[in-house]
Amino acid sequence: MSGSVEIRRSTVLDAPIETVWQILRDFNGHESWHPAVTASRIEERDAADSVGAVRCFRLVDGAYVREQLLALSDRETSFAYCILEAPMQLRNYVASVRLRSVTSDDTCLWEWRATFDPPVSEREKLKRFVTQDIIEAGFQAVRTLLSGENNIRTREATVAPPASIAASLDAVAIVLTRHGGPEVLEMQRLLAPAPGRGEARIRQTAIGVNFVDVYCRRGSFDLVTPPGVLGMEAAGIVESVGPGVSNVKPGDRIGYACAPPGAYTSVRTMRSDLLVRLPDFLSEEEAAALLLKGMTASFLLHDVYAVKRGDTVLVHASAGGVGQLLCRWAKALGATVIGTTSSAAKAEHATRAGCDHVILYARGDFADAVMRLTGGRGADVVYDAVGKDTFEGSIRALAPRGHLVSFGQASGDVGAYSIDRLATRSVTLSRPNYGHYTDTTEKVKTQADRLFAALSAGLVIADRPRLYPLAEAAAAHADLDNRSTTGALVLIP
Amino acid sequence: MARVYSSTVVAAPATTVWGVVRDFNGLPNWTKFVVESRIEQNMEADRVGCVRNFRLNDGGRIRERLLALSDYDMYCTYSILESPMGVENYVATLRLIPITDDDQTFIEWTADFEATPDREDKLIEDIGRNLFAAGLAALKSRFAR
Repeated sequence: MSGSVEIRRSTVLDAPIETVWQILRDFNGHESWHPAVTASRIEERDAADSVGAVRCFRLVDGAYVREQLLALSDRETSFAYCILEAPMQLRNYVASVRLRSVTSDDTCLWEWRATFDPPVSEREKLKRFVTQDIIEAGFQAVRTLLSGENNIRTREATVAPPASIAASLDAVAIVLTRHGGPEVLEMQRLLAPAPGRGEARIRQTAIGVNFVDVYCRRGSFDLVTPPGVLGMEAAGIVESVGPGVSNVKPGDRIGYACAPPGAYTSVRTMRSDLLVRLPDFLSEEEAAALLLKGMTASFLLHDVYAVKRGDTVLVHASAGGVGQLLCRWAKALGATVIGTTSSAAKAEHATRAGCDHVILYARGDFADAVMRLTGGRGADVVYDAVGKDTFEGSIRALAPRGHLVSFGQASGDVGAYSIDRLATRSVTLSRPNYGHYTDTTEKVKTQADRLFAALSAGLVIADRPRLYPLAEAAAAHADLDNRSTTGALVLIP
Repeated sequence: MARVYSSTVVAAPATTVWGVVRDFNGLPNWTKFVVESRIEQNMEADRVGCVRNFRLNDGGRIRERLLALSDYDMYCTYSILESPMGVENYVATLRLIPITDDDQTFIEWTADFEATPDREDKLIEDIGRNLFAAGLAALKSRFAR
């Protein structure tokens, strides 16, 4: 019961051979008649009747299949094709279709043959699948199509310009109409173009909302010129890819956290190189809430400064999104973690996130408190995204030869600063830019793999984000503006 | 080069129909236009290379050589050695294809030949209608359900 399987099926259709051939000849046309096929396109912008053309299509269960046209004969009214990629174990799958005229009553014989090498255990199941779900279901679908004159005409109309198959997809997006408050965000219909070379088109299912989006909306960051689309972080399913894309394929669950902005949309066409495939254990909502902050924590703790067992780490704004990730992960790396917060309520979040000690800014000078907690030695590294209000104190809180990592300025620009003062502790100062750690496929993979491994090992935790419909992006921005939420915000298209 | 093509659907399983048409000496059994036939040199009718010698109902005599016979693909191919029709390089194939859908049989009969241009249309009509289509129609009515 091993070896190749050959399946031969045939039927007679009550229509002239020319009519049936017009339907079957279009190698990309099966999406409009075969019940198992939902969306199909020809790769590389080839014509559907170019021998060698590859059709990429989705089955109704969501799986993707790629098939290549091996032969096409208008004289023999036949074509042959093979499977390049499929989720089923249809190895060496070659199929051929041939039409023959029945001259006695002007109808048509349709033969469909397939050969493949199945694994022994799957043999009967795959034989049944190909025979019933592919071939016989196809026979029946075309028979039904032919039974209604109107359907045939509709079909001819849709098949006429084959180029239209790889067209744009409708999308709904939140557009920044001008700089200002949340009210400048408007829902609009846009088109997501077919992906070009190096691009992927994504059906987005979750979109992260970050402070950087608020800064872009207000105009304090010059990343989006109105009218434009905000957003640097999202997750979803790859719908199609353009030529030259190898890191993702249609059907992949992916996420991204990168410039340029443009994430607040239901369908997005963008460069594929910074997309990362999501592990099974991470939902798209969690990914959209986590990727930007998580990859930031990853390179801050491992690349900018490598936290090691026994280090003392000071994390400012330790109840914030990145703050909590830094605390939990640094603790897991074996450090003693001191956090600062502005309120007792936030201090609880920080403690739960793994801080050994929490300092409230209001209770006096945090640098003195760090010195007391460390027996006068100071911290080996300070992670400071507060900026103006904390910069000076952060230097005083460092141990000699300590490292100040300044990665944000929530309280304002630090301003002019004499580097001589760094000599008081032989301070190393870093001002990392997210983009420089995540701007190639390899760099993103490094950070994402480390983040996913830490998640999987329980070193960090993906919190459930607060969800808003995409249409209510303005409400999410308003909540972020007046700090009425804790935790991550995610838009659902 | 001219081509004649005729086909039909017969309401019987392909193996049953093949049992009738595979006999290279059997044209009188299922067509109305062949009145008697024999295989030359006392050969078996399924020996590839054998020659059938038969007489049409209009009196014409034809000799045809079996070039190919396949019980696996269910077809036979033969060429005309001698005939009153005035054709050159005449090669014909009779092919059966099982219709798996409803266990019937598709039959096609194809001939390629050369003739002088003024006779071509007439020959296509004669062979296509009076021989092939008539033969297939006889087969169809023989197995009509």
